[in-house]
Amino acid sequence: MEQTGGEISDKVPGFIAWMDTPSGKVPQISTTLSNVDHLGACMARWGINRMGYIVPPGLYAIGTPDSAALVVVTANYKMSYDRVRSALSGRNLWLLVLETFGVNVWCAAGKGTFGTGELVKRINKADLQKVLTQRQLILPILGAPGISAHEVAKRTGFSVQYAAIRADDLPRFFDHKMITTPEMRKVSFTTYERLVLIPVEIVLTLKSLALISAVVFLIAFMANGYSASVVMALACLGAVLTGVVTVPILLPWIPFRSFVLKGLLAGLGWCSLLYYSVGGCSWDITTTAAAFLGLPAISAFYSLNFTGCTTFTSRSGVKKEMHLGIPALGAAIMVSAVLLAVGRFL
Amino acid sequence: MTGMCYIKNVTTLKLNQTACTGCGRCIEVCPHQVFALEGRKARIDDRDACMECGACAKNCPVNIIAVDAGVGCASGMISEWLQEHNVPGIKSGGRCC
Repeated sequence: MEQTGGEISDKVPGFIAWMDTPSGKVPQISTTLSNVDHLGACMARWGINRMGYIVPPGLYAIGTPDSAALVVVTANYKMSYDRVRSALSGRNLWLLVLETFGVNVWCAAGKGTFGTGELVKRINKADLQKVLTQRQLILPILGAPGISAHEVAKRTGFSVQYAAIRADDLPRFFDHKMITTPEMRKVSFTTYERLVLIPVEIVLTLKSLALISAVVFLIAFMANGYSASVVMALACLGAVLTGVVTVPILLPWIPFRSFVLKGLLAGLGWCSLLYYSVGGCSWDITTTAAAFLGLPAISAFYSLNFTGCTTFTSRSGVKKEMHLGIPALGAAIMVSAVLLAVGRFL
Repeated sequence: MTGMCYIKNVTTLKLNQTACTGCGRCIEVCPHQVFALEGRKARIDDRDACMECGACAKNCPVNIIAVDAGVGCASGMISEWLQEHNVPGIKSGGRCC
């Protein structure tokens, strides 16, 4: 069951006062983020209380908007709500928050929850026709995969203008006659943007990470004793983290377009590092072959998984990579396990 | 997006240029500048930059753009596949955002 944002009350983040409108009371909210807001964002980045990081959908007032003021639309993921309201400091606007079940604009648009149906429903529920004399909505460009602008216009009479990709560009957009510059339309994926995605990826991987490390440790412990099992568990842990952390950070600098190949290369790097730092020269041939086959395959699988976080990978590309990559990676890991087992009896 | 280009020749993006009215919506909504206006018609300018988000198709008022848009992450697609094959214990949504 998806978490919903609930009903608007005086407990909404940044609440200042109630404002009377022709369709009832609307909360006027602050554009200054508190320490609690910053802490909440930090925690959400680490996956803490991520599912509760949500605000009620509906109409909010920023400053003292009147019936001619513009309406900015966003998702009810609290980080989206905070980013937008803080970018609108010193302005008089309406903020229409859609129920996206605590998911950000782009992901929700892809899923269809930041969608035409939900927008039309919120317009009607907030009785925007009564509150406003103007008929224009300002939407984030990354909401476009879920919204059909002409459909919204047909069903509600409100025209949709896509303003910018980043909330930070909203002040420039409003200050420059509401013109979207080419720069405002370009999606980015900077080192910082990639870095902030990594903590939650680590948290999401923890379960499988603990399981893989424990299984590898136990098998190796029974077969080869304590020190070998520690090295093997560390080897697997490092291979996973190479895919989850190293590849995303070094993404533009690792050769190849394919994430499987990027992951294999980075995994090979990790395996070489391990080989030279733990005295791999003393390994027998089957252990060496198993390590250089299995570890890069593990890294490649986790690198491929990062395609879901990027701003440029396509569904067809991922399909192609999976079609070729998953069987090959699975085979590599299996052969690696067989080599280790065979090596035990040689 | 220097250094960040994905696999070539895979996009399912299609544009029926002859029926285009030149409204420019596809150019407005595309985050990767895939489209450009040529006279009064849109054309695909950088096909390999398309990430198949589907914004152009969804916002084309004359419905002349088609693309296979959808979940584009490996774990989401594995979940989809497992659901399609009725593997028990798999719920919708997977670990995706």
